[in-house]
Amino acid sequence: MASTRLNVPGLDGRCAGASRAAATLALGGADLASLAGGSPVASEFPLPAVQDLDRFENNVQELVKPEHGTTTLGFIFRDGVIIAVDSRASQGSYVSSQTVKKVIEINPYLVGTMAGGAADCAFWQRNLGMQCRMFELKNKKRITVCAASKMLANTMYSYKGMGLSMGSMIGGWDPSGPAIYYVDSDGQRTKGTIFSVGSGSLYAYGVLDQGYKWDMDVDTAVELGQRAIYHAQFRDAVSGGTCSVYHITKDGWTKIRGNNHYDMHYQYYPGGHPTAANDVI
Amino acid sequence: MSISTYNGAAIIAMSGKDCVAIGCDLRLGIQNQTLATDFKKVYKIHDRLYLGLAGLATDALTLNQRFQFKHNMYKLREERNMKPATFAHMVSKTLYEKRFGPYFVEPVIAGIDDDGTPYITGMDSLGAMETSKDFMVAGTAPNSLWGVCESFYRPNLGADDLFETISQCLLSGVDRDALSGWGAVVYVIAKDKSFVRTLKGRMD
Repeated sequence: MASTRLNVPGLDGRCAGASRAAATLALGGADLASLAGGSPVASEFPLPAVQDLDRFENNVQELVKPEHGTTTLGFIFRDGVIIAVDSRASQGSYVSSQTVKKVIEINPYLVGTMAGGAADCAFWQRNLGMQCRMFELKNKKRITVCAASKMLANTMYSYKGMGLSMGSMIGGWDPSGPAIYYVDSDGQRTKGTIFSVGSGSLYAYGVLDQGYKWDMDVDTAVELGQRAIYHAQFRDAVSGGTCSVYHITKDGWTKIRGNNHYDMHYQYYPGGHPTAANDVI
Repeated sequence: MSISTYNGAAIIAMSGKDCVAIGCDLRLGIQNQTLATDFKKVYKIHDRLYLGLAGLATDALTLNQRFQFKHNMYKLREERNMKPATFAHMVSKTLYEKRFGPYFVEPVIAGIDDDGTPYITGMDSLGAMETSKDFMVAGTAPNSLWGVCESFYRPNLGADDLFETISQCLLSGVDRDALSGWGAVVYVIAKDKSFVRTLKGRMD
């Protein structure tokens, strides 16, 4: 190991150790940092000079919480992977954007979803994109979903306790077939076939579990993903905007749909929604 | 957790030429969970007087019943309807009676006098009245509602134009608030013609 990475003063032992493990696992002992010409993170993060850094960062997180309410989902079925997300960002009850892109396209065969802190998700998934590209250049083959998700999980673990907020699904297709991993800022990493993440995830799970069948055709699967997001947007105040649906096959991902919630609602319920069954006048 | 943002609400009242309008959103939720989309927050007192109650839904329902009762008693005694200003002072007094254990509501009152003169007023939960000659807002989206009202409002609008203005303000305002929206209803009160319309809005 030529140079340290994620070089955070005060966290040296834990941090460098964890990220060294990450690089070793993902690259089979190859030195990623020397390829990148530095650490995988663009620069060091200056830290406030306080006694108990972890607690300080957690308190800061409470003050500036950039959380966005979110519904994201992903599932594997016979013909590949479906990823569907909403597009709302909120700060408390204020809707700060209705047009957020919550799917990050890491490479043509890999996507990641964003839930939690907007900046944390955007920054670290971009960082993951870079690490995946470095892997590709070094090994002359695409990274697996397994390895990519592990790199993100290791990054998250190295910052554990510092107040990062991220709940992500890494989905894609590699030589072993379709795969989805759930990765979050606690460092948890789980392989699975059906996931939903975010404040609206419970609503989405309800629809998803009810409609999911392994043998679905693509149209049915896309519709199921959209429908789950639609209902989550309806019930969850901090999810909304539009619904984007991605389909991943052996040939990579394609964006299938991007529908506004308003249009979906009056398409699904032209005569009015059951929650407004009473004549409103 | 703030109890005044527990259920979510958005209410606007606007005055025009010899007419007023009052509108509200239709969401009833518990914090981030939407329970119903047909919950009206504007209540009719009589043909020319409407009361909007934003805030905690259970208190709004209770208060509406108390005001209906008080208005009925007034009619029995006086054999006439309350004037908007009289009613507003009655609301204010009723709220201040609970100064040290208030109802968590923000009332907005809109009506016209016998000669058609518009009257609109708003209050805080303790009954501090704020009478306005143009518009008044209440609920969980006050900033965006004030913003759109300040920019779209014009004085002396007719009933139809007033309806259009208040509707656009309401729909745009609630789109920036996660806790209100899911459709809206607007009441326009004029001497000769009054009407009510439900608005198609975003449902997220």
